[in-house]
Amino acid sequence: MMFFEVKGINFSYRSKRVLDNVSFTIKEDDVVSVLGPNGVGKTTLIKCISKVLTPDAGSVFMRGENLHQMSKKGIAKNIGYVAQKSETSRTTVFDSVLLGRKPHFEWDVTEKDIRLTGRVLHLLGLDGLALKYVDEISGGEYQLVQIARVLVQQPRVILLDEPTSSLDLSNQHMIMHLVRNIVKKNHMAAIMIIHDLNLAIRHSDKFIMMKDGMIYSVGDHKVITPENIKAVYNIEAYVESVRGIPVVIPI
Amino acid sequence: MLVLCVIIAAQNGPIDISFTDVLRSIFTFETTGTGGVIWNIRMVRIIGALLAGAGLAVAGVVMQCILRNPLASPFTLGISSAAAFGASFAIIFLGAGSSMTSIVSIHNPYVTTICAFVFSLLATGSILVLTKLTRVSAETMILAGVAISVMFSAGLSFMQYIATDSQLGNIVAWTFGDLGKATWSWNFLIILVLLPVVLYFFYKRWDYNALDAGEDTAKGLGVNTERERIVGMVLTSVLSAVIVSFFGIIAFIGLLGPHIARLIIGSDHRYLIPLSIILGAIILIIADGVGQVILYPSVIPVGIITSMLGGPLFIYLLIRRYRK
Repeated sequence: MMFFEVKGINFSYRSKRVLDNVSFTIKEDDVVSVLGPNGVGKTTLIKCISKVLTPDAGSVFMRGENLHQMSKKGIAKNIGYVAQKSETSRTTVFDSVLLGRKPHFEWDVTEKDIRLTGRVLHLLGLDGLALKYVDEISGGEYQLVQIARVLVQQPRVILLDEPTSSLDLSNQHMIMHLVRNIVKKNHMAAIMIIHDLNLAIRHSDKFIMMKDGMIYSVGDHKVITPENIKAVYNIEAYVESVRGIPVVIPI
Repeated sequence: MLVLCVIIAAQNGPIDISFTDVLRSIFTFETTGTGGVIWNIRMVRIIGALLAGAGLAVAGVVMQCILRNPLASPFTLGISSAAAFGASFAIIFLGAGSSMTSIVSIHNPYVTTICAFVFSLLATGSILVLTKLTRVSAETMILAGVAISVMFSAGLSFMQYIATDSQLGNIVAWTFGDLGKATWSWNFLIILVLLPVVLYFFYKRWDYNALDAGEDTAKGLGVNTERERIVGMVLTSVLSAVIVSFFGIIAFIGLLGPHIARLIIGSDHRYLIPLSIILGAIILIIADGVGQVILYPSVIPVGIITSMLGGPLFIYLLIRRYRK
């Protein structure tokens, strides 16, 4: 039985079709990058998967179980979503990460929630920031806080909308390494929207190339070809191999 | 601090009662002699201030969160305009206010209160329908609230235009929030609404923290944001409507309480809700105390004091918070 399956997702916004019959499958331990130009429906797709937006048709299955028939809490226990824009409020880093346990408790946090939050902060090297207010930390640190929050949520699939935007080169690779390691270690899966093709190639197992609200191509590194890049992004590019890893060079 | 404010406020009045007598009367619930003055005259007003301050502050906290707007308060959705319109309607058309002499008096306060309450709920219902017809977002709620508020303000102006001099006096007097109207039965009624509403808000404190992190993040954490927004709006409106209908318009408590609390302990609703409640109560008790002494022996309605002192204090808080 497939670990994670997205089946026939349609979504329209004011009669304009944004997603058209989007379907794909993901294996356990897969890190998947969703690629495509702006406005092609990438963010809408991951919002529909997590049911932040309710799709017009289609559903999402985990090991055969229809997640979209679950309660909002049930979905949140299985799918963690890191939004492209998250707002900072005057709460401490610790409390901001602890919020990720929200789908798991009724009245209040438990000792287990607090212990887990402490462990995740330690794992991400955020111990020193635990008592700082999130509106006082840097953009890169806040990106880490968001990832920490989704980790304490303990979902089976993580959806990340441009997790490396506004980060420098070193932090981009650090975040991607981190996500990849966590996915492999905990037997989860991750679906990320990435604009930097080379960053995506370096850290992903599978690629979903989107065009006009539909999937244009799905597969491993082999789908990153000059022809597909031309078709999806409408630019000419070389794809060279450097130490066995494809590198995209726009012309 | 709240207890201290209550004790000091209980000592404040035209009849001089010693501090120890005040303490004894409060803690022994003595209702004869000086205890009668404390419990039947002063404490009923103080408890009214405490409940109104707490209610308006907690409504402010939740409004600011669900409407994603730091300037939201129970009055953003037009509740005060609607209540004032309802009261003026009762005064003009239902004969709830009269003026035999030069003294303004509302001789049927129940009709005025009920009318104010009904129109407040009407405003809430209208916003709810408008919001449902469009989409349940913070923006549509605020815009609908502004539209409803403007409509009721226009209605109030019309009422004032057609009112006789004595009716006009009654309308203006009603709109000054006045804790002198407090009675034990009204206080009890406010408690009946305030307690379950506060318990619900406290139960949802993590949902409000999630909403603070952004709409999509909250949804991703399993929060039903549309439902929380509607339930929060209905509850804050009902709570504010009850308070405003009883006491008249008391401005700024829904802003001052939450914003001072945020400066002290941040935005975590686990602490923000209880602290705002305490601060709202303290501010209103102090404001009412100030109103009783600055033009002694005349008593200035607390609504005027909160507007006069609240405005500058709020501007100071804004500058302090947002200054780079």
